Amino acid sequence: MSNRSLYTLVAILVACALLMVGYKVLVLQFPLLPDTEVDAWDIEVGLSFVAQGGPVKVTLYQPRQGSPYAIVDERFVSQGFGFSSRRVDGNRQVVWSARNLRGEQFLYYRATARTGEATAAAMRAPPERDDPGFTGAELIAASAVLAEVRAHSADAETLVVEVIRRLASGAEDGNVGVLLGAVPSRLRRQQVAARLLVAGGVPARVVHGVRLETLARSAAIGHWLEAYYDDNWHAFDGQSGEPGAPEGWLAWWHGTAPLVRVTGAERVQTQISVGINKESALVGATRREQMATPALFDYSLLSLPVDTQAVYHVLLTVPLGVLVLVVMRNVVGVKTFGTFMPVLIALAFRETRLLWGIVLFSLVVGLGLFIRFHLERMKLLLVPRLAAVLIVVIILMALISILSQQLGFYRGLSVALFPMVIMTMTIERMSIVWEERGRGEALQQGLGSLLVAALAYLTMSIPLMQHVIFVFPELLLLLLAVVLLLGRYTGYRLSELLRFRSLGKPAQ
Amino acid sequence: MIWDLARRLHAAGVLGINRRNADYMLVYNERRRYPLVDDKVQTKRLAQSAGIAVPELYGVIEIERQVRDFSTLIGDRSDFVIKPARGSGGNGVLIVSGRHDGEFARINGQSLSVAQLEHHLFNTLSGLYSLGGNPDVAMVEYRVDPDPVFAAISYLGVPDVRIVVFLGVPVMAMVRLPTRASGGKANLHQGAIGAGIDLASGKTLTAVWRNDIIAQHPDTGGPAGGVQVPRWDELLLLAARCTDLTGLGYIGVDVVLDRERGPLMLEINARPGLNIQIANATGLASRLRQVERVRTSLADVQSRIAFARQAFAAG
Repeated sequence: MSNRSLYTLVAILVACALLMVGYKVLVLQFPLLPDTEVDAWDIEVGLSFVAQGGPVKVTLYQPRQGSPYAIVDERFVSQGFGFSSRRVDGNRQVVWSARNLRGEQFLYYRATARTGEATAAAMRAPPERDDPGFTGAELIAASAVLAEVRAHSADAETLVVEVIRRLASGAEDGNVGVLLGAVPSRLRRQQVAARLLVAGGVPARVVHGVRLETLARSAAIGHWLEAYYDDNWHAFDGQSGEPGAPEGWLAWWHGTAPLVRVTGAERVQTQISVGINKESALVGATRREQMATPALFDYSLLSLPVDTQAVYHVLLTVPLGVLVLVVMRNVVGVKTFGTFMPVLIALAFRETRLLWGIVLFSLVVGLGLFIRFHLERMKLLLVPRLAAVLIVVIILMALISILSQQLGFYRGLSVALFPMVIMTMTIERMSIVWEERGRGEALQQGLGSLLVAALAYLTMSIPLMQHVIFVFPELLLLLLAVVLLLGRYTGYRLSELLRFRSLGKPAQ
Repeated sequence: MIWDLARRLHAAGVLGINRRNADYMLVYNERRRYPLVDDKVQTKRLAQSAGIAVPELYGVIEIERQVRDFSTLIGDRSDFVIKPARGSGGNGVLIVSGRHDGEFARINGQSLSVAQLEHHLFNTLSGLYSLGGNPDVAMVEYRVDPDPVFAAISYLGVPDVRIVVFLGVPVMAMVRLPTRASGGKANLHQGAIGAGIDLASGKTLTAVWRNDIIAQHPDTGGPAGGVQVPRWDELLLLAARCTDLTGLGYIGVDVVLDRERGPLMLEINARPGLNIQIANATGLASRLRQVERVRTSLADVQSRIAFARQAFAAG
């Protein structure tokens, strides 16, 4: 019987999954629960640009070596480029160069930042004499502001705080206005503060860094100030003047130059990704037992670049959503539009969050249906009509985004993440069911789809599930086994108990 | 409580969708034979060549260009049915029962301009009513003149007899009676009445309308039970032969009774619904198991029918 081979296959799959998970947990001591203590992060910079055919030179600052993070395992992926590392003004910088290069190029820098193992050598390096670069009207304004601030300060530290507060106060009076210019950015304020401090005899610089987060595919760069006195550099918050470097930020480089400079190429794009270094969290236990890093890591998801890992973080949860879908359809008997539509909607819910996801989805589908009913009167042929509905869906999505921007609820912007083709097909199917089988059936299937999507989303977003399935992707074999078994589930669906209940009355 | 209900349904031999799909359709219906029944033009031609009576096919409209020639195809007939060849659940079936002043009259009294009729044909061709939305063809065929036997218990439309045939053995039958709510259509989910039929005698049993057991037709008030289906022997024979015709093991055969031409096979369904169990107040699963046990001993059509009438008699 085919059932026997199915059960054999299921048994093999389950055995494989359990063996591999067991080995990882018991021998390699992988944590079953997500680790809250993080001591290492992966940092990655991806550069892409189009070379013009002549010499190309790319400079990129490397993260600062020193407290509180040590930069280890630095790797440079650069095909066809010569490369060198150097120190510039206390910054570390890598220079890639090539003589004749044409077409699209990619460069990668990867490193791991670890807590607690660092020396603060870079921090203690004495400053070089710097010129604040004020001339003309700026010089006069700077002198005036400095004189005013000095009157309120006792030493270098209080001077720093006063300068920051003076510039951040928002009172754009004559002198400060001349220095900051119209509508100054945060960065501009801090750069002016640094120059004022230099002019006032306290060496200062703007430090740029990224926030170390669980997972960010395009991390933004933040800024703060450092000033030199008492033979050391001291960090200050550039907005409030509070002393100390911002918590959880990695200092990258300082000065006025941008992170990346490229000559001889155009369309330069930079992406910085940050993520928890799971590998180090995982091998922590085994390292203590003096074991070498198992080869398992070289052939696991953990060896992938950070931004690819982020993709798999999402992809690996899809089978969980699919399992929910299978159970809801074949065991419970909920009717949905399309087979996988609810799972795709659930993926979109990741960005919109549940409540807003349901609101936005209902809004687009509801409005789309309304317009679809009007299209019905025009007696359009199928394919042009579908195309018309698709265009209407996109217009609706754009309108909802614009409207929510104007009204200030930014969740509404995420409507753009809904799969528009799926929405179009949902509207089309729903309107046909509506006309042929009545409103009740259409609403029932619509609500069924939303219910399954919501349940799939809730399952997929359990942090424990995400962690376990990412660290132990072998569990996909287990999911596969369960789905195979459900493929031979021949019992009643819950909805059928209701449907056939008249046949189940006790024998008269 | 849920387990209790499931157990009672199981004891009553009620067939669920999962079991129908996994143990019957997937096992006895070969995928490559589905096109024979999914395309009603093919089914009709197959049946005609085997000498099974079907409603006469006036013509097939296959491409958009042919829609303009519809009037030559139809000639001066005022009675005809337009159907999608790959439709399901009765969707897209247009029944025309008359014409005046260049307009067609639908069976429910609505009049239909030529442009509206052409739009319906275009929609059919583009696949609006077909399984999976694939491009389709439109069939134009004889409009059945229903036998008056069900006149007292049907509202408009044509009542049809659905017989589930398993491995050539008729296992359960019902007659589907259109109501005002179903708009003259004979599909249960659209509001038609389903009345179980005793396989042995061909007499209607209980009737079910929207999950309720009823004694009378809600529109006409006629009694739904105890009606003798005429030419029942012929009906059973016709249904049983459809298995040999298609090679599909588990099918639902839809038959209509024409006033003059007798039983005509309308279509064969490879995924017959399960509502027939409610109409008969009986489960299918136990009957299917019975057939599986004796299948090798039933060589020809006559012995299969004889088995069905003896084993599945009501009461």
